[in-house]
Amino acid sequence: MIAHLPILQVVVPLLSAPVCVVLRRHNPVWVLVFLASWTAFFIAVLLLNAVSRAGEIHYVLGGWDPPWGIEYRLDVLSAYLLLIVTAIGAVVISFARESVIREISSDRIYLFYTAYLLNLAGLLGVITTGDVFNMFVFIEISSLSSYALISLGRDRLALLAAYRYLVLGTIGATFFLIGVGLLYVMTGTLNIVDLRARLTDVEHTRTIVTALAFLTVGISLKFALFPLHFWLPGAYTFAPSVVSVFLASTTTKVYIYVMLRFLYSVFNPAFVFDVISLDLVFLVCALLAIFSGSLNAIRQNDVKCMMAYSSIAQIGYMILGVSLVSVTGLLAGIIHLFNHALMKGALFMCLACVYYKTGSVRLGDLRGIGRRMPWTMAAFVVAGLSLVGIPLTVGFISKWYLVLAAIERDWWWLVAAVIAGSLLAVVYIWRVVETAYFRDSDDAKSPARAEVAEAPLSMLIPLWAMIAANLYFGIDTSLTIGLAEQAANYLLGAGP
Amino acid sequence: MNPEMLIACALLVPLAGAVLILLAGGRPDLRESVSIITSGALFVSVVYLIPHVVAGGRPSLHVVELLPGISIGFEIEPAGLLFAAIASLLWVASSVYSIGYMRGNNESHQTRFYAFFALALASTIGVAFAANLLTLFIFYEFLTLTTYPLVTHKGSAEAMRAGRLYLGLLLSTSIGFFLVAIIWTWRIAGTLDFTAGGILPGRIAGGWIAVLLFLYIYGIGKAALMPIHRWLPAAMIAPTPVSALLHAVAVVKAGVFSIVKIIVYVFGTELLADGVHSGWLVGMAGVTIIAASITALYSDNLKRLLAYSTISQLSYVIIAAAILAPLSVLGAVLHIATHAFGKITLFFAAGSIYTATKKTEISQMDGIGRRMPWTMAAFAIGSLSMIGVPPTAGFISKWYILQGALERGSWFSVSVIVVSTLLNAAYLLPIVYAAFFRTGTDHDHAIKEAPLPILLALGFTALGTIAIFLVPESLLEYAGLLQASL
Repeated sequence: MIAHLPILQVVVPLLSAPVCVVLRRHNPVWVLVFLASWTAFFIAVLLLNAVSRAGEIHYVLGGWDPPWGIEYRLDVLSAYLLLIVTAIGAVVISFARESVIREISSDRIYLFYTAYLLNLAGLLGVITTGDVFNMFVFIEISSLSSYALISLGRDRLALLAAYRYLVLGTIGATFFLIGVGLLYVMTGTLNIVDLRARLTDVEHTRTIVTALAFLTVGISLKFALFPLHFWLPGAYTFAPSVVSVFLASTTTKVYIYVMLRFLYSVFNPAFVFDVISLDLVFLVCALLAIFSGSLNAIRQNDVKCMMAYSSIAQIGYMILGVSLVSVTGLLAGIIHLFNHALMKGALFMCLACVYYKTGSVRLGDLRGIGRRMPWTMAAFVVAGLSLVGIPLTVGFISKWYLVLAAIERDWWWLVAAVIAGSLLAVVYIWRVVETAYFRDSDDAKSPARAEVAEAPLSMLIPLWAMIAANLYFGIDTSLTIGLAEQAANYLLGAGP
Repeated sequence: MNPEMLIACALLVPLAGAVLILLAGGRPDLRESVSIITSGALFVSVVYLIPHVVAGGRPSLHVVELLPGISIGFEIEPAGLLFAAIASLLWVASSVYSIGYMRGNNESHQTRFYAFFALALASTIGVAFAANLLTLFIFYEFLTLTTYPLVTHKGSAEAMRAGRLYLGLLLSTSIGFFLVAIIWTWRIAGTLDFTAGGILPGRIAGGWIAVLLFLYIYGIGKAALMPIHRWLPAAMIAPTPVSALLHAVAVVKAGVFSIVKIIVYVFGTELLADGVHSGWLVGMAGVTIIAASITALYSDNLKRLLAYSTISQLSYVIIAAAILAPLSVLGAVLHIATHAFGKITLFFAAGSIYTATKKTEISQMDGIGRRMPWTMAAFAIGSLSMIGVPPTAGFISKWYILQGALERGSWFSVSVIVVSTLLNAAYLLPIVYAAFFRTGTDHDHAIKEAPLPILLALGFTALGTIAIFLVPESLLEYAGLLQASL
């Protein structure tokens, strides 16, 4: 049983998905999805435990030895990502029930849960697999299901957003496939370990450089690196609230993981960074992402859209850490994967609560909401402070390492840029806080507004669990820093 | 109780107080009793720590390791204990005062007001007791965030603007400069603990010292060194108890206290002794002292005048620390205490006048001394302490600062202090004169003294200002202890 955990991690949600279609009725479906999500989480915990003892876990599918068969391969980085995705999944599903009933028409709810499980299974598959073509298959599973999830939004614009994402996402996936194809042509293998061994001889050929280019652009499109981010704001804004929570805190992280996998495990990092200088490209894109994302976030009047642009900026921080090509920089990037999932998850959950009660997340409709939904908005303030990077929240830890990494390289201008970016976050978070607490709503007399009360406990408890995690991992950092450091050392040490 | 528990008490009592205040929200009498009891309990826990420190101990409390090698921890040294004792004692006075003020002016959101007040005090204690730079930074940030709702208390457009300026300036300097300086220090020194003699000597040299010092000084916006001082006059929109305790004592003193601590325990006086890298600081503090005094001279709004007076007095502390003579550093720490008593008295008086008459401008206050004799007598005592004349507390610290400046032969500082003393007299004494010796308008006959809680608090701090001068033995004894530790 224990030996089969890597495959169970993927199979449990994957096989639960069709069962949802059979069950159809809301309650049994929800219970099934709830159980599947939490089972996935416990499997991830067990796997993380096993990986930190053994270093690496290999699992051979169907008894076909690699490089001929498909191999599942877990190291600290992938186990860490599994933990992030499954933990968010478990919390989101615990949170989802009421919100889904409110936002998705009742005859489609089972489809929502089916698509969600497929998406989860796809993401988990991408992380566990050690075979690049298998990875492509899982990317497609998670992408197609996420287009479906977004299109479930009540607003008709959700269809447009989903369509846009579909077109751009497909381009990304195609680029990925072209890159994988080129690698296969040159090496005759699809197994990551095998690829690495064989690429050393041919890495300077034009074909491999082309493959790297296709892969980088394709994957960057998937995690919305500036300037390939145009699909993201619409997708996050118009998706059902729960979908925004899940996508914002997992999808982009998984694709950043894919990027790291290719940069460090498939290709030789010395080749990628010293010869091709991809770090410079990432550095420029990351800085542009931070500033364009933050400045756009400040301009938004729809808070969900604001948070979406904020995500673009935060993705910039993660890639910035990667682009510094040092242990501290990589550590900063990897730890921010986890920390950002916690803070953005919490922020989108707050917005889901607000939308559940008021039917709007436009800034103008949030006036005085702090008084009427005190717990929700207190959570928003804490998560917002985490985003800004106030000490004792997870955001501070990320910022600390990012600034430390920049100082280590003596890049003072970069320190200034990182700090400036986080001050921009103060501006947009404070626009919401000010409106919620210090502006009284003009139409307070209208009965619809006056009746607004706190969100149900079934939403508040998962929300505050998320807030507690934001604080806990901002204070007791031994787990997250330990894992991120191990992963960073592993990736950098994996190079020759 | 053992000292570790006392430290925990001092930090947790105000936090628990804030929670209880929120719970007692609906019942004003209960809520305000909780507020007073909390402030008293805090003061008692701080006082009980004094014998441990006087006996030469350095009680400490390790909480958690936040980052590998960097903990959240507290260690009590004489300067921090003095700061905590003053802040908590004056909180008791201000809790009493708040009752009279908030009720007298029918202020809204009083529960929020008392709760955040308690949280701000918890943050202040954290700053005073911090054992390392990271802990100091954490509580410094909390102090900014917990005082923000107090600044925007009114909720008017003007209050929101002031709040934005307050938060914007304090957060951007602390994140932009202070945090960067801390991470830089960690990178080169490998520790952030406050250590006698400093942690930087031998690890940094040349012009970088001046750059790092610059980042620290301007990162600590709460010290209101020009040109980062605008937030303080803006914060005067808050209810007067906030201006009195937080923006004359807790918040601003947390700023200059941090600067003193960083100069003494991070840089170490040896590293800066030649004055090459810290000379600019003496100059800038001197400019701030004079410029702020002149601005005060031209302001008609009483609270604005007092705010600029605070800015100038804060730079006394900075200049004294930057001179780096042992006596002046001692004077810096003492000035944190003595200025607190004088300035809180002045603010209490301003709030008293506002509560009784709704007057805010000095030009409207002719003859008010005859209607409100207690208030204006206290105001006069506070003014004398600002100027630094006997028999008031301000004289003692100024004496030490001047001695230190003379010892170092810093004629610039000596002349700055002399000129500013004249300016202090020029902007404060005319108010006292007009209040007692000019006649007001006919409408003023109806004016009566402010409510009793206000007068009690006011009388207490005014008497304290004189008592420190008349019975200086214990303070001077403590000064000996301080000097040994600095």
